[in-house]
Amino acid sequence: MSMASQQNIKVDYIARVEGQGRLQIEVADGIVKDAKFGIFEPPRFFESFLVGRKYNEVHELTSRICGICQAPHQIASLRAIENAFGLEVSEQTRELRRLLNFANHIQSHSLNLYMLAAPDYLKYDSAISMAGEHLDLVKKALMLKKLGNDISEVVGGRAIHPVTALLGGFTQLPTKIQLEELKKRLQSALQDGLETIEIFAKLNIPEFERKFEQISLVRKDVYPINEGRLCSTEGLDIDESEYRDKIEEIDVGHSWAKHSFVTGRDSFLVGPLARFNLNFSTLGDKSKNAAEQIGFKPTVNQPFKNLVARAIELLNYIEYSINTIESLIPLKDEIVVQGDVKPKAGVGSAITEAPRGILYHSFELDEKGLVKKADIVTPTAHNAANVENDLKEYVPTLQDLSVEEATLRCEMLVRAYDPCISCSVHMIKLD
Amino acid sequence: MSEKLKVAVVKMTGCAGCQMEFLRLEDEFVDLLDKIDISYWYMARSNNIETKYDAVFIEGSISTPRELNEVKEFRNNSDTLVAFGDCACSGCIPSILNWVPPKESAKVYDHFSTVHDNMPTFQKIFPLSEYVEVDVEIRGCPPHKDMILEVVKSVLIKRKPFLRSHPVCVECKLKENVCLLTVENRPCMGPTTSGGCGAICPSINRVCEGCYGPMSDSNAKSLANVFKEKCNVTEEDIVRKFRKYAGYTSALFEEADK
Repeated sequence: MSMASQQNIKVDYIARVEGQGRLQIEVADGIVKDAKFGIFEPPRFFESFLVGRKYNEVHELTSRICGICQAPHQIASLRAIENAFGLEVSEQTRELRRLLNFANHIQSHSLNLYMLAAPDYLKYDSAISMAGEHLDLVKKALMLKKLGNDISEVVGGRAIHPVTALLGGFTQLPTKIQLEELKKRLQSALQDGLETIEIFAKLNIPEFERKFEQISLVRKDVYPINEGRLCSTEGLDIDESEYRDKIEEIDVGHSWAKHSFVTGRDSFLVGPLARFNLNFSTLGDKSKNAAEQIGFKPTVNQPFKNLVARAIELLNYIEYSINTIESLIPLKDEIVVQGDVKPKAGVGSAITEAPRGILYHSFELDEKGLVKKADIVTPTAHNAANVENDLKEYVPTLQDLSVEEATLRCEMLVRAYDPCISCSVHMIKLD
Repeated sequence: MSEKLKVAVVKMTGCAGCQMEFLRLEDEFVDLLDKIDISYWYMARSNNIETKYDAVFIEGSISTPRELNEVKEFRNNSDTLVAFGDCACSGCIPSILNWVPPKESAKVYDHFSTVHDNMPTFQKIFPLSEYVEVDVEIRGCPPHKDMILEVVKSVLIKRKPFLRSHPVCVECKLKENVCLLTVENRPCMGPTTSGGCGAICPSINRVCEGCYGPMSDSNAKSLANVFKEKCNVTEEDIVRKFRKYAGYTSALFEEADK
């Protein structure tokens, strides 16, 4: 059997992730000479064609960057432009946006955990083939995913590429009956959320550990999703408007996604694990208890354990959705109509948490509200360099495995990050 | 039971929203697996099988020579080729790039020529039908999951799928909405836009933005004129409206290219 320590590892098209990506790892004498997470999904140049588009359609356009995490893209654009205009939104609008993004995370996390990642650990090639012997798991995944999508539909008017969120607020509000119906379903999903944590805690997840910086939004009062300070495990603590002072990106020849670094430091990790580590104190009670019961506490530096953090977050978002719905009732009759907001010249930035980590949008607008410059950095672009750095240290630990098994492990590492490749390939650098 | 349908779901350059809509068939998914064999779907499975397929769903737009070769191969290996969603049917949002000078878009990267110089991107985004024969178009950004189910059913029982070619207006009338265009003089794209969404936006007091692409036999010129005369929309805004989800289709091009 050929050993992984002498052979290159190559995956031409990584399966069970969103988008078109490959792995190329060069190994010689047990040493990794190069590890490339190549993103060959062609760029769509969003930042280019956003120039000249109008302030009130930007979020509708950026939604189409990603069909999985459309809500955090929409909210990042809306908030960035509201920041540029100095426009404050109501507490109810903020809560509805939180609910819309929680719902997005619920559907995305269920998809990754059960349908993209779990088949590796249960030795199947897909959730489709898993459905034979593990129909219960597949049904649980579908139920949780549907719950997330249904909340998005009620709050956003449509599950994928929602239509109700506008600058300044919402065109339509959910009814009390709809919200109470969702609350009932969320309450019964708490048990499924708990079981999800138990299931993933029991999987034989590799314990590969590497010290890296982790970055997420942080809030003292609640688990962050749409707003917060940008903080890291290495002491970064900045406002979203200061993002470009601290985070740099460079072109790399092998990937359409640029690589991100903290200025003067190295690559970093964003996503469920970073959020968990930096926001343990504001996890919902049930989620925090469940994490403690399985001995999962900050700071975890094991990238595969993104899966466990994702499972804990799934329950956390179910808990937070229930609380948010409770705080929303009774709804005030606040409706906005497209065209209500008047534009002005300015620059605005915003960071939201997408399921895969921090998402940065920044726009410069002229006096008519037309986009002059757009700058978007997505979670997968943030993570890309860190994946490669992980692989460089991880592959040498696989020398007892066959090349096939080692290759699978590398794919599993990538899947633990849950990359969303389409998102990652269209960044522009502000001059 | 007869043999299962062999189905491929293929992603070109796009956002995966159409694939997500396919996966949103949560209530039907397990039953569907009795009828169809998803042989090829990179987002959903490993061990993807290259074979002859009964139906291939193509999501996204063709933006590199590699993708063009792939789509031609899928065409050759497929009984029914489905243009799945707006990117494949009409170019969708990424087709706005068609009006951006290539030098401008290359500025996205500091050193454009060093990035993947073996893989040049095409400068224009066209509907899939520019490249290969398309048997079925499922419109929408994203298409509603019921339309996906309808196409799967139609392939299963070998009949033509019932897809809507009427405008959004028909769905608005069925919902008894007040017309935003003729009553409120707001620039609604409904009259030229394909139905199928259930008139979601006009039903929540938002004008249709055209995300299902053009209906059959639409009159874009007349609608643009109404926007200008009745709704007081500037010429620039009218162009932006038509240059959004389907500006490079023959139905809308004239108004989008001003």
